[in-house]
Amino acid sequence: MRIHLHALWLSLAAATTFASPTFSADLSITCRCVEGGVNSELAAWVKKSVIPGFTKMKGDGVKVTLTEFAGSDEQLTQQLALDFSTGAGPDVAGFDGFLIPSFVEGGLLKPLDELAGDAVTKWDGWSHITDGAKALMSYQGKAYGLSLGTDVRVIFVRADLLKEAGIDPTTWQPKSWAELLDTARKLKAKKPDSFPLQINAGVPMGEATTMQGYWMALLGTGEQVTDDKGRYIVSSQGILDTLNLYKTVYVDEKLGDQRAQLLGDGRNRTFANFRDGKTAMLLESDWFYRSVTAPGSEFAVENRDQVVTWAKMPAKEPGKGIRGQDFVTISGGTGFVLNPNTDEKELAWELLAFMNSKEQLAEFQKYEPRIRIRDDVEIADAPFLAETSQALMPLTTARPNDAKYNAVSAEVQRMTEAVVSGELSPEDAMSRYRDAVIRIVGEENTVSLL
Amino acid sequence: MKSFSLLSRGTGVAFLAPAGLLVGAFVIAPFFWVIFVSFTNRSLLGRTAVDPDFVGLANYFSLFDAATFFTRGEFGSSLILTIQFVLLSAVVGQAALGMLLAWMLQSVPKSLKHVTETVAIGAWILPEVVIAFAWFAFLDYENGTLNMIMEALGFPPGDWLLSFPFWAIVVFNTWRGTAFSMMLFNSAFASIPPSYFQAADVAGASSWQKFRDIGLPLIRGHVVTDLILITMWSFNVFTPFLLTSGGPSYRTEILPIYTYRIAFRDFDFGKGAAVGVVVMLINLVFALFYLWVMRRRAKGVAA
Repeated sequence: MRIHLHALWLSLAAATTFASPTFSADLSITCRCVEGGVNSELAAWVKKSVIPGFTKMKGDGVKVTLTEFAGSDEQLTQQLALDFSTGAGPDVAGFDGFLIPSFVEGGLLKPLDELAGDAVTKWDGWSHITDGAKALMSYQGKAYGLSLGTDVRVIFVRADLLKEAGIDPTTWQPKSWAELLDTARKLKAKKPDSFPLQINAGVPMGEATTMQGYWMALLGTGEQVTDDKGRYIVSSQGILDTLNLYKTVYVDEKLGDQRAQLLGDGRNRTFANFRDGKTAMLLESDWFYRSVTAPGSEFAVENRDQVVTWAKMPAKEPGKGIRGQDFVTISGGTGFVLNPNTDEKELAWELLAFMNSKEQLAEFQKYEPRIRIRDDVEIADAPFLAETSQALMPLTTARPNDAKYNAVSAEVQRMTEAVVSGELSPEDAMSRYRDAVIRIVGEENTVSLL
Repeated sequence: MKSFSLLSRGTGVAFLAPAGLLVGAFVIAPFFWVIFVSFTNRSLLGRTAVDPDFVGLANYFSLFDAATFFTRGEFGSSLILTIQFVLLSAVVGQAALGMLLAWMLQSVPKSLKHVTETVAIGAWILPEVVIAFAWFAFLDYENGTLNMIMEALGFPPGDWLLSFPFWAIVVFNTWRGTAFSMMLFNSAFASIPPSYFQAADVAGASSWQKFRDIGLPLIRGHVVTDLILITMWSFNVFTPFLLTSGGPSYRTEILPIYTYRIAFRDFDFGKGAAVGVVVMLINLVFALFYLWVMRRRAKGVAA
């Protein structure tokens, strides 16, 4: 017995020594990216370009691994929040910029310069990144990570389906919600079992509901989630108009696929509907073009350049949008942050800086053409991206950079779900939203416009 | 009565110490920690994560706020949903169905009895995740087995998980747990001397009469034990989450799922802890009742 125990201890000791040689360092990256799955290009870039390049630069002692997280954005947020609060988690993590305020206030993120010191402040990359791009991953003037770039939201259009219904897709640009709905009705009349118009709603889609759906409609009423003093608007005509638009689309006229907004895998269903020609007009971010429908991916649309086009999201009526605009859109940005508890602070920063070096971002263009945050990286030859950003960047809006926004956004998702499922009337849903937001931010930080 | 022991008191304490330390560290300490957190507005994100305020009973008041108590997605509605779920899936489903199966098994050939027992045990020992996934595939709208059967028989397909989510998790939990009740009742019936039934047969009693007058009265204690256990289990079961995620629109958000959402999706630890404390009190009532019944039975046997 005693001999056995000795053997056990010896082998355990041996195993632990070999598993962690003292002269090396391990780094881990996590992102919602899976080769052959979601954000496939990102995973491929990290695995085939970033990691080999970085280990070559640092020598054999450094080992970098990528964890390809296949769950939803919300699940990754949940994972990272719990990891960071317990001192665990990857050294470098894929992150949505809008979450930074709530994480920072919760003590779950540290500014880059506080983590890695001079190496950060002296990085030569900063001079090639605009303040706007920095702001995507900043809070109260401090950078917590580096963004991969910003995005805009448009209506993606199946030109072939519009043609079938006798509409000329090359000139189609609705100027009001009424025109948008009219087109949807025409398409529905042509194909009664199709769902021509999809505007995201509901809890399962998380922030995609708030961004692609709710904001895109709400901005068209001239309102935002907060007023210009930063107070959350809890009851207003704009909210009611937005909810009534949802009601028209999903409950009254069944112009959109209601099931896709209620089921857990709903967002993929909307992608599949668009790919299969069941949905002709889908409100999505340009990520939908860059990654979701990119050739070779699961939701790739055949002959994409001929079949898929886009239009701007109109305000409710011309000139009634935010700042008096005729058309509206909203932008966000995802990127990477450093784990505040990382054992390898300097090395983790070096990796993040390496990912955002001119060479690596230029390499990334080969996997996923996009407008990169560095001004010294050549703009890829992608007419779609050039056109959309040119047309929409001047019109765009950003979400409140506020620690409570995340929780309020969850209430927005609940409110839209209640309407889309037909459970509550827009008025009742809004009054429940009002109560919930008051509980989150306190009555003094809210305002009622009715 | 003279007490004796194999070990000295000191040795006994030494043997108990490791277990005591573990229980203390992983059960007792978190228990008091949860109670403490339930009086704060501690969260995981935002300012109150690092600097929570003491809010007294505010979390409890918000759970029992009359204005929102019955709103779907709030504590009260979740509690009512859980009670319906337990009554239908545990009491009516598992216990009644288990009783029926166990009684029927008394009068079938041995071989058939063995096959039935094996199948039922199979349902009981499979990992919950596997079962939930199988049910998900069975109930799926587009490619589900159930809808294929419906269509083959000429019925319209149903959107089970969206249109009847509550019944889906009730059937799921019934299917999952019936085996336990069946096995328990089965062995309880086996403990009744066969001569009782033979005498009843001679007197010309029907199966129902035998069940009502001989079978049921003699296994009453087992029935109570079974009911308490499966009620507690169903009250705390989380697996329906794998089928419906508590949705759509909270229509299947039973208390364990509600607690999970508040604490680990909304990251509202304070309120989540308050829900945990209330659920624990409810469980305590079940447990005390169970102990009381057990003690009464033990006394009855002694007397």
